[in-house]
Amino acid sequence: MEYVIEMLNIKKKFGTFYANNNITLQLEKGEIHALLGENGAGKSTLMNVLFGLYQPDGGEIRVKGKKVNITDPNVANDLGIGMVHQHFMLVENLTVTENIILGSEPTKMGMLNIKDSAKKVAEISKLYGLDVDPYAKIEDISVGMQQRVEILKTLYRGAEILIFDEPTASLTPQEIDELIRIMHKLIEEGKSIILITHKLQEIMSVSDRVTVIRKGEGIGTVTTAESNPEELATLMVGRQVTFKTEKGPSHPTEEILKIENLVVADYRGIEKVKSLNLSVRRGEIVGLAGIDGNGQSELIEAITGLRKVKSGKIIMGDKDVTNKNPRQITENGLGHIPQDRHKHGLVLDFSVGYNAALQSYYQKPFSSNGLMNYKEVTKHANKLIEDFDVRTQGEHEPARALSGGNQQKLIIGREVDRNPDLLIAALPTRGLDVGAIEFIHKRLIEQRDQGKAVLLISFELDEVMNVSDQIAVIYDGAIVDTVIPAETSEQELGLFMAGHNKNEIVEGSDGAVLKEGEDDHV
Amino acid sequence: MSNRLINVLVPVISIILGLLVGAVVMLVSGYDPVAGYTALWNGIFGDSYAIGETIRQISPYILAGLAVAFAFRTGLFNIGVEGQLIVGWFAAAYVGMAFELPKIIHLPLALLAAAAAGALWGLIPGLLKATLKVHEVIVTIMMNYIALHLVNALIKVVSKGGFKTDKIHDTASLRSDFLSEITDFSTLHYGIFVALFMVFIMWFILERMKLGYELKSVGFNENAAQYAGMNVKKNIIMAMVISGAFAGLGGAMEALGTFGNMSTRAGFTGIGFDGIAVALLGANTPLGVVFGASLFGSLKYGANNMPNAANIPIEIVSIVIALIIFFVASGYIIRVGLKRIGKKKEAK
Repeated sequence: MEYVIEMLNIKKKFGTFYANNNITLQLEKGEIHALLGENGAGKSTLMNVLFGLYQPDGGEIRVKGKKVNITDPNVANDLGIGMVHQHFMLVENLTVTENIILGSEPTKMGMLNIKDSAKKVAEISKLYGLDVDPYAKIEDISVGMQQRVEILKTLYRGAEILIFDEPTASLTPQEIDELIRIMHKLIEEGKSIILITHKLQEIMSVSDRVTVIRKGEGIGTVTTAESNPEELATLMVGRQVTFKTEKGPSHPTEEILKIENLVVADYRGIEKVKSLNLSVRRGEIVGLAGIDGNGQSELIEAITGLRKVKSGKIIMGDKDVTNKNPRQITENGLGHIPQDRHKHGLVLDFSVGYNAALQSYYQKPFSSNGLMNYKEVTKHANKLIEDFDVRTQGEHEPARALSGGNQQKLIIGREVDRNPDLLIAALPTRGLDVGAIEFIHKRLIEQRDQGKAVLLISFELDEVMNVSDQIAVIYDGAIVDTVIPAETSEQELGLFMAGHNKNEIVEGSDGAVLKEGEDDHV
Repeated sequence: MSNRLINVLVPVISIILGLLVGAVVMLVSGYDPVAGYTALWNGIFGDSYAIGETIRQISPYILAGLAVAFAFRTGLFNIGVEGQLIVGWFAAAYVGMAFELPKIIHLPLALLAAAAAGALWGLIPGLLKATLKVHEVIVTIMMNYIALHLVNALIKVVSKGGFKTDKIHDTASLRSDFLSEITDFSTLHYGIFVALFMVFIMWFILERMKLGYELKSVGFNENAAQYAGMNVKKNIIMAMVISGAFAGLGGAMEALGTFGNMSTRAGFTGIGFDGIAVALLGANTPLGVVFGASLFGSLKYGANNMPNAANIPIEIVSIVIALIIFFVASGYIIRVGLKRIGKKKEAK
């Protein structure tokens, strides 16, 4: 079999640390090859080596059997290597075509020649079944569509080998199915694909072979059909992992959070939460499922006091906390694992110890009479580090130096340790690997079992299905429906997330009606 | 190379480089660098009188540096130290002159008045920043001009049309016969102890007080501070007020120590602006500010001796001093250089 790309025994060293140590990846022509590894395992480093952003310290790269020296991304481009980035590199207020030609704009006598390019874009789009309108503005099209624009961009520039970096992170299940169809189409047309991911299901459903790396070391390559998710997870983490989060039945008691007709506007004054009702009881985990941008952020910020409420009520326990400030709400028994751990969750330039005291620094024993008692702060930090398995060089280490998973464990430790009645966990496992996810889910369930209420916000359906006792689906600022995980499917949730309610789903089960409605909403 | 070693080496190498380039400038202009630097050295350390005057010069620099550094540490850029220092100078001079009180009350009162005036001058940009999000750099720059001309007008009022305020009463003075005598009758006064005490205060606020924890949180990450329930607005205002108070005390050094009064000014003192460099040289730490202020104060005072003792025109002297400071401030370049040398050694 002919290999289009061979990365042989690649080594990349940062200081004394090997980010890649003897990793071999061989991409056959016309295959979908998954690159699997935990966060920080070295996937991105390896791809950056292939893309010319890093120079390897050892090993060699061959393209179609010929040894090459990829000194910068332009060389990679010329060799037909294209990258579909996880975070799209698109200019929101330009059209699809303008984005695609950005950087190599074709001109006719000094004037920009959009027409010919748009024609070419339309041709490519048709060939691969991408269904992209060359004149649509990026800000007007869905996330799934934007990703197709990214794919188009690489194809337009003549890519033969496409690297997909965590492509499904922000897609709905329906969009993921579409993406998989597109990937197969690409293969049919003779392209080859490297798929970077840590989602095992995806690998099982689309890839031909998998190369696993762990802590910078190449573990090996297996044929997907001859493997299974359990084996892959074990290879990736280096130990047995439980997938289905173990939990007993929930025993909900009194209501702890009650939201009535809540309306919240975003920073531009546009209403993002529209007359939303939600209830969370002690002893249950309510999962809030939905696609990014449907009002989740504004909802959390309103509950936690970071954003003003336009109208409606938020009641916690027996107190009305609408438009109270964050500290009043925190003292009323709220723990908050924020969506953006760098923006809200941590002061990155502070030490781990200082961060551990961020919510309670003003209380005894951490301070009294206006003075800090840093001995107690240190003691408390060391306890959290121990109890929540935060891997750090010590409480004095800056929070910035911790890996994402450990930063998250620190935040969760800080919030859970305060023993709140209501814990809001917003995307608590975003960007984390299987091991850390397992740990965090366990902690959330532990809270529930201790009679606390948990509100879990997530874009990952797996997570919502696995951890929640009830799922509330948010779409366009309101709850579309509330379901019990055992009584629903990912497909049904996906449709709710796209704005359909139960009645529509029953009516539209013949498919055609549904498709039309979907396009309207997404 | 360990980080600690680098931290020590960087300023040393910077100063040497600055001296070298300064020497080249003197050579090219036809003056003797050896004589020039000898004069500089003698101007700073030559005799006990020079040492006394140098230390006297350092005191306001320390306070101006603390003011800038404190604001920096809390995420603010206080360019208004100059204006805060000017209003502090006037407030101290006025209280020192207008009241007759026992020393134990009068001197602290005069110092307090200077701190309060500086604090007020910091409060205004703080308020505007916290409530209306007006950038503090713009406001503080403008506040400098307001301070300069307002104080000039006030001096005319209190001196009934004159150009300087009356001398302060002895009860408000920082002058010290003892310090003066041991330094061969220099104008060295107790201000240096006030300045050093404020160095301790800055450290204490930032590293020991709950307020300092909050101020630093707000400075590093406003969003996280808000999430943690801190009052971001209050903390921004507080930071500017404290910073302004440091600057105001810097003015008190001049009013109660060096000059004993205040004259109308055609332009800025420059101490407040130099405070920015002092703070940056000192990496915005309290002890670092002492180092930065010492460098600034000594060079500024010692340079006065260069025209007399080595016949170097004051313009060349200014260039030489500026070069030395420039090199110290560009420590980053040297840091990178040292790291590279370190790496090469490692590779071998």
